[in-house]
Amino acid sequence: MDPLMPPPPIRRIVVDAPHVPVAPPEPLEAAVRARPRLATDAVERMRVEDLTIAYGPKVAVNGVTLPVHQGEVLALIGPSGCGKTTLLRSLNRLVELTPGAGRGGKIVLDGDDVDVIEVTDLRRRVSMVFQQPNPFPMSIFDNVAYALREQGSKRVKRSELMAPVRSALERAGLWDEVGDDLDRPALRMSGGQQQRLCIARALAANPEVLLLDEPCSALDPRSTAIIEELILQLREELAVVIVTHNLQQAYRIGDRVAFMYLGELVEYGLAADVFERPEHTRTAEYVSGAFG
Amino acid sequence: MTAIQSPPPRQDRPRLRTDPSGSWRAWPLRDRILLGLCWAAGLFLIFVAAAITLYMAFKGIQFLRPNLLWTRPEAAIDQSKSGGFLDPMLGTLLIIVGALAIAAPLGIATAVWLTEYGKPTWLARMVESGVEVIAGTPAIVLALFGLAFFSQGGLGFLSTTGEGGAVFGRSLLICCTVLSLEALPMIVGATREGLMSTPRHVREASYALGKTRAATIHRVLLPTARPNIATGCALGMGRVAGDTAVVLLLGGGTLQLAANGSIPGLNTLQGTGSTLTTYVYANSPSGEGGAPEKAYAAAFLLLLLVLALNWAVDRIARGDGRLGWIR
Amino acid sequence: MSWWSDRRVGPALGSAGVLVLLIIAGMAVYVTKEAWPSFSANGLAWFGSGGDANVQLAEIFRSAPPFEYTLRAWPLVYGTALAAGGAVVAGLVLSILAALYIVAFAPPSITRILEPVVRLLAGVPSVIYGLIGVLVLVPFVNDHLISTERKESVFYVIQLTGQSLLIATALLTIMIVPIMISIAVDALRSVPSSWTEGALALGANRMRVMWTIGLRASRPALVAGAVLALARALGEAIMLAMVSGGVIFSPNLLDGPTFFFEPIQPFAAAIVQGAEGITVKPFGSTLFAFAAVIMVSSVGLSITGSVVRRRLRKFAA
Repeated sequence: MDPLMPPPPIRRIVVDAPHVPVAPPEPLEAAVRARPRLATDAVERMRVEDLTIAYGPKVAVNGVTLPVHQGEVLALIGPSGCGKTTLLRSLNRLVELTPGAGRGGKIVLDGDDVDVIEVTDLRRRVSMVFQQPNPFPMSIFDNVAYALREQGSKRVKRSELMAPVRSALERAGLWDEVGDDLDRPALRMSGGQQQRLCIARALAANPEVLLLDEPCSALDPRSTAIIEELILQLREELAVVIVTHNLQQAYRIGDRVAFMYLGELVEYGLAADVFERPEHTRTAEYVSGAFG
Repeated sequence: MTAIQSPPPRQDRPRLRTDPSGSWRAWPLRDRILLGLCWAAGLFLIFVAAAITLYMAFKGIQFLRPNLLWTRPEAAIDQSKSGGFLDPMLGTLLIIVGALAIAAPLGIATAVWLTEYGKPTWLARMVESGVEVIAGTPAIVLALFGLAFFSQGGLGFLSTTGEGGAVFGRSLLICCTVLSLEALPMIVGATREGLMSTPRHVREASYALGKTRAATIHRVLLPTARPNIATGCALGMGRVAGDTAVVLLLGGGTLQLAANGSIPGLNTLQGTGSTLTTYVYANSPSGEGGAPEKAYAAAFLLLLLVLALNWAVDRIARGDGRLGWIR
Repeated sequence: MSWWSDRRVGPALGSAGVLVLLIIAGMAVYVTKEAWPSFSANGLAWFGSGGDANVQLAEIFRSAPPFEYTLRAWPLVYGTALAAGGAVVAGLVLSILAALYIVAFAPPSITRILEPVVRLLAGVPSVIYGLIGVLVLVPFVNDHLISTERKESVFYVIQLTGQSLLIATALLTIMIVPIMISIAVDALRSVPSSWTEGALALGANRMRVMWTIGLRASRPALVAGAVLALARALGEAIMLAMVSGGVIFSPNLLDGPTFFFEPIQPFAAAIVQGAEGITVKPFGSTLFAFAAVIMVSSVGLSITGSVVRRRLRKFAA
């Protein structure tokens, strides 16, 4: 067991609740973990203020205020339907695609209200990876180059795109596997590769914030481990927000954790605090696996 | 233990303050031009449809006189004496009813066999493609096929015959038969869609009650698929009512319904006649008539019929006026 | 009640299906049989060019036994290809734009108008399109678009009356565009939303998303639509007979813009024009030969089209 990572203490929260302790996190690369978890140098990139989102009469997110820091991984946890995916999708205004969606409160990116930023710019700066890998039905190269090609109105030559495509694939740890045949259809890759391709695609346009919506839920443990490592490397360069169902995953890679329940933000803090010293009973119950 | 209550319903429901689609004003010029073209295409189609309907309505109301509806067409150089289009109207009705009477049983039977039996598979596949082939065969080819087929001596009882036993292969009955082929694919398609969308548990529930497959079809499946069958029939009727080529070649070329034979009722079917479509054709500059006013009046009536059938399809499908119905 | 037994009902229903197959076989046999004299007398030269097809048809009509069958039908092949091909190309552009509009850009209120409009355009009988063509468009083109100089420039080969390739193609486009729109809209609507959302999330605007993802994924459907529409256009008879004039003529590209104002005579229209004389044996056989050409090409096309379309449905499910 990694001495830097003590397992969460086993505590009884509700006397008659069935006790299921959180399994100790699997050991990660020591080098990755050596970075201090408390990032005092973190810069605030995005801020959500009193955010409320409703689909028709149904309120999905209710009065949430939350900062997003560069150089940190923010993990959103909570039971299904607690509004964490809605919150994530609102950060790049994808939630507006849902008919009947309404939004109150304010979302700020680097001091600018996201409503003022042109939506295509915003989505290039705040990029997103979805739960199901969704590579486009094109070649690997075209997938990664997609965002780059859509940036301008001019047709860009393939040779000019080669360098950024390569660097994106390298950052996603995919270059060694696919670099020799970029013209292969992306849909022929394995599920884990597809998801990493989607991450590479999101990275290609050099976003400032990367949103991940349960990126590993459709993947096997091996691919999950690769992607988790990748996320830990990426947090140096950009702010990462990840929605996850998997508490161990949140514990492993989250620097800060936000626990949501029924649309409200219940608890927000450093991962160690939320998992080991939760302030609220609900949080304690959830992180100990009592419900969810 | 402090349970978090579900959030109270807010009085001030948040409203979206931004255009959910993102502003097209910020798009590159190329994309704005394409967007403009999309709008142009959509509005152009609305314009064309409106122009056709309004123009036909204008001309129709201008030229449609009540007496046109109940006088029979006469061959006359003087247009004031050439009568109206009572016979073509009756001919259209007759042909719609006749073609449907043939196409509906055949189409429903084919559709039921394809979806519920479908064995042997190779035969079902062939029949399936066969229906597609009939759907893809132009009316003019069907018309010539009908002419060649029904001109055979043995089938003379179906059509007008000349002196000395010549079989012309032309009669309203033959029109109905050939036109039923045009309606057939629509009825088959719609019925199949209805049968296939019937959930499996409906069938299983019926089998569980000890009913045979045939009884299930008769008692359970056909009644459930009734709206679809009706849609198919309405579409088929529209196709039949709008056809010109078949009636022009096989209707015998007389504007009046000319009975042929001795049995009342049947002799009308065995005889020749015209429909609104061929009446329009005959009175347009392309035909010999040259009475555009009457062509307009009859065409207006025809358009009303088509609109009514369209509306019927809409109503049967309960507002589910999908484009998929275009075949 | 005993009638409703599976042992009887299955074969009884199946025989309806077999009847459909018999009808098709009969159609192939009868049309080919009637058309055979014309094909066998001319050989492959039937499709070639040479002489004046109008004169040849008149000779065929007038000939006494032994019958005359000589025909070089190239101008008809050319006319059919021009009208149908032009309509499909124009229809492809129009239908793609309209389908994108319906699926992605039209406000809901306009979509509610546009869908019945498309179905109405599909339902208007061809004789009404023809009537509008011959009574409104032909006089308009003749009076306002064809100048006297233009008429004089080609008067020694053809008389320009307004009955022209332009009108034939335009009306044919309107007639085939509904089925193309219907297929394109179906395909665009069945593009997985994960693809479109993914593209939006990468900062592509909605037009680019439709263009690079939607249309790209719908390409097979667009091909199927074009093929089915082409089959439809090849077989359109009445409207073309009404607006394309009674003369068999090959528009000449060398005439410049006048090309579009020259008349054509596609196969289907030629059958309608000659319908009166179909009982005259050699002439009738020639008309059946026209029908055989349409039959083979349009049946082949619609089988291809529906195979592609059915394969797509399987993907969508």
